Amino acid sequence: MVAYLFALPFVLTFTFFMLFPLVSSLSMSFTDFTNRDISSPLAITFVGFDQYAELFSNRQFVRSMFNTFYFVAVGIPLTMVVALALAVALNSGITRFRTAFRVGFYAPVVTSIVAVAVVWRFILQPDGLLNTVLSWVGISGPDWLNDTRSAMPAMILMAVWRNMGTLMIIFLAGLQQVPQDVLEAAQVDGASSWQRFFRVTLPILRPTLLLGAVLLSVGFLQFFEEPFVMTRGGPLDSTLSISYFTYNQFGFGNYGVASAASYVLFVAIALLSIFQFRAFRSKD
Amino acid sequence: MAAPDVHVVRPRQGTPGNPTPRRPRKRRPAPGRTLTYVVLTIAVVATFTPFAWMVVGSVKTQSELLQRPPTWWPESPTLDNFAAWFGDLQIERFFINSAVVAVFTVLGNLLFCSMVGYALAKIEFAGKRVLFVLVMVTLMVPGVVTFVPLFVVVSKLGLVSTYPALILPFLASPLGVFLMRQFIMGIPDSLIEAARIDGAGEVRIFAGIVMPLCGAPLATLAILTFLSSWNNFLWPLVVAQSEDMYTLPVALSLYSTGQNATNYGVLLAGSVLVITPVLVLFVALQRYFTQGIAMTGIK
Repeated sequence: MVAYLFALPFVLTFTFFMLFPLVSSLSMSFTDFTNRDISSPLAITFVGFDQYAELFSNRQFVRSMFNTFYFVAVGIPLTMVVALALAVALNSGITRFRTAFRVGFYAPVVTSIVAVAVVWRFILQPDGLLNTVLSWVGISGPDWLNDTRSAMPAMILMAVWRNMGTLMIIFLAGLQQVPQDVLEAAQVDGASSWQRFFRVTLPILRPTLLLGAVLLSVGFLQFFEEPFVMTRGGPLDSTLSISYFTYNQFGFGNYGVASAASYVLFVAIALLSIFQFRAFRSKD
Repeated sequence: MAAPDVHVVRPRQGTPGNPTPRRPRKRRPAPGRTLTYVVLTIAVVATFTPFAWMVVGSVKTQSELLQRPPTWWPESPTLDNFAAWFGDLQIERFFINSAVVAVFTVLGNLLFCSMVGYALAKIEFAGKRVLFVLVMVTLMVPGVVTFVPLFVVVSKLGLVSTYPALILPFLASPLGVFLMRQFIMGIPDSLIEAARIDGAGEVRIFAGIVMPLCGAPLATLAILTFLSSWNNFLWPLVVAQSEDMYTLPVALSLYSTGQNATNYGVLLAGSVLVITPVLVLFVALQRYFTQGIAMTGIK
């Protein structure tokens, strides 16, 4: 049948580059597969759940889970608040320069994280742009990327800057769906603009906010380029993410360990995906 | 999620003879309006500052970059940092690699995603639901989960550091399939039924009727695919192991983390060279970018 012909190229690439790696990644995570086994895969030993048990007692991995959680838990709400503020401002009835503002706030989204991470590393130097600006108001900023306390906040700052545009567009679309007559009715009833925002707009926007949060977390959970370029996971593993841990294990040739670590991340993302489908559904 | 309507999705343009009517000017007293403009302007300037600082830094000399406090305007602007990329570092090679990978990935996605999108939207066949659920599920599979076994396969096939290894895994993205299916569902069935009654085969309907209507989503898909290919990092980092196969982000990242980690003039020039093509593309085609997000809910 011709339908299968249409689907064939996708099904082939899908099977070969997605399904197969997904399954073999899972099975590899239960073995001691290393880079030496590529040529002779018969020497692999099945280690079962020991790999996962070992992983969860590996301090570096536990640290990377904590770091990833930190990045997601702080970065997402922050990005959402900034994006919502921008969307509300752009939706407040201004007409001039609207497109220019939108383009400006969205521009960081299209750029390569590697390239902007290089720029931000430059900005975040001890005597760099950020600390120079901070010194104008009497703040002496830390050595952002070489201090275990400030390296992650610095990375989150950059993530907010880079990702706020995506959510801004999604929120803007959501705000335009808020029925005007409901807002006007609230106004007639004497609700202040703050009350209208918190009691009318925000509840109507809930599905959009949830959707935005989940979309962003899938990306945030995988963060890798930022520490790779800016800190190499340091100082003292304080910016080592799960993806970075996986990449390092891969680099050491510990393919089994890397697969197990990546599956922990996959489960976290899968749980969020289930959440996302719920968010989609409540939207319909 | 509702299928986008054929006419709504197309970018709004005033035709030459019939310009978009201007809205009548409303003069509303708005005390908060000025404040909104001020805040937005400050925010947009802050957002653009890293880009500006990158460009300014890229034309400074290394000794000027070491000055404290930093100089605001380059004292003796130089293009040496750019020359370094075109000379010793051979950025042309990385540029070609990135471009080749992006072009083939885009072409593959345009063809394959619309093919399967058409099948999912307009043809009945056994296994259709399963296929669609698979597409939706894999939207969420992170590259970090698949890269290890994928690398094993690629090295078994002897494809490490080759174009096929860089291109093949991205030839048909689930996001693209979803986008095309959603759009094609919005094309009236009557149009396709009429052609079928006239005896046109599915291939002719697809190529002659459906594809010509898909201009807007194809443009969006092309841009989104180009972007993710151009900025893609983890897989090229893993699979491009010989220097002549590096893509731009891989080359920049390895330069920036090696012994040249503080050679900021060259590093910033490299960032300018990586970012500028996409920024220009984005400003020129920004309508399609935001459409893509609106159409899929996903960047």
